[in-house]
Amino acid sequence: MARYIQLPLTDDVIRTLHAGDRVFLSGTIYTGRDEAHHYLCRMLDRGEPLPIALRGAVIYYVGPCPAKPGTVIGSAGPTTSGRMDAYAVRLMELGLKGMIGKGQRKREVVDAMVKNTAVYFAAIGGAGALLAGAIAEAEVVAFPELGAEAIYRLRVENFPVTVINDCYGRDLYSEGRTQYEQK
Amino acid sequence: MSIREVAASQITETVEKLCMEANYYLPEDTYTALERARAAEASPLCREIIGDILKNADIAREKQMPICQDTGIAVLFVELGQDVHIVGGDFRKAVDEGVARGYRNGYLRKSTQDHVLTERVNRGDNTPAVCHIEIVPGTDIRITICPKGGGSENMSALGMLTPSQGREGVKRFIVETVSRAGGNPCPPIIVGCAAGGTAEQAMLLAKKALCRPVGQPNPDGEVAAFEREVLDEVNRLGIGAQGFGGTQTALAVHMLTHPVHLASLPVAVNLQCHAARHRTAVI
Repeated sequence: MARYIQLPLTDDVIRTLHAGDRVFLSGTIYTGRDEAHHYLCRMLDRGEPLPIALRGAVIYYVGPCPAKPGTVIGSAGPTTSGRMDAYAVRLMELGLKGMIGKGQRKREVVDAMVKNTAVYFAAIGGAGALLAGAIAEAEVVAFPELGAEAIYRLRVENFPVTVINDCYGRDLYSEGRTQYEQK
Repeated sequence: MSIREVAASQITETVEKLCMEANYYLPEDTYTALERARAAEASPLCREIIGDILKNADIAREKQMPICQDTGIAVLFVELGQDVHIVGGDFRKAVDEGVARGYRNGYLRKSTQDHVLTERVNRGDNTPAVCHIEIVPGTDIRITICPKGGGSENMSALGMLTPSQGREGVKRFIVETVSRAGGNPCPPIIVGCAAGGTAEQAMLLAKKALCRPVGQPNPDGEVAAFEREVLDEVNRLGIGAQGFGGTQTALAVHMLTHPVHLASLPVAVNLQCHAARHRTAVI
């Protein structure tokens, strides 16, 4: 079932999302991948204020292509989320509500989504041109020195994703595979 | 046969163009294979996803933008005619200059990092290319570029089996590699694989197998039959497009074989995401 959701995500909305739902997100999200997560957690270790507000935030694991002149952003599909597992639990404890990426998460990350009422969406890996079309604005807000890995604030319009892990502990990857496996 | 002179600058220009075109234009064979997979897919969600993947290829072509933001590390296969004399520069430098220009002028993402063991610094120009050169008869230079993304490359595997494990062992190793990779390599995938040779030879052949037009069987009937069996088993795993659960996990299995030492049975697997980009030019 397709759902159209206005961000930020509230706990009430998250509770209505279920593994396998197709969702179209509109509003503000932040980008961040390996190095940006590393930097954020290093700032937390040092007790420094973060450059983005985590409470209620959605982070999209992406390192976009450079924007051609006259365009908002280059191709912008998801990267493999598993590499951010080392940081995700800590960020959820600080209010992160949604993550967008691709591929399976570790058990403790899935458990933390249940505990903190958070959700993990997959965007289509390798559909960077299509996904860029759902990004209306892009602005670097932290770590510009990281280039493609900097944190951008994006304004998205009907950004297409699929719920993988909902706040009830369900997982589309394992359920989908079990459903279609032929032994 | 007389020697043909080719200017290094011509190689640079060709490689620059190939980098951009390979990243903007999904090859026709891949597109057609995806259309077939959409028609055959049992899961409504995965049919929708494959539909979006096709739409993405259309947008990329129309807007001349990369199909995937991971525009890869530049992998090149070069067949260099033995009667070619390259003038006005160093062949390898000419290739890298072409890659640097293609990634800069084409607004492609630069993903190549140096200082692998320490701070990992982006080199900023996506060089050096990974360049496999083969000397062939004639006066042509045939260059194929296959930009390779990290997500699928990370799922590669090499197994040094024993000869007694035989055909079944090779099959099991390939299917298990795909099973373990799940949704990570961005299915529907193409399974590049090779058996025989040495460790590095098998790995190279597995990648080379990915350059074949999608779904074109190995000309050897025995190997082609093996490819069909592996494809059938892989598609029974239920992984589906993006790992969401479905019947179309792989578009094709491409296998190559090589004579092997009597004590060995290397098997190599190199998975290719659905953005199976490859483009060839002949100078």
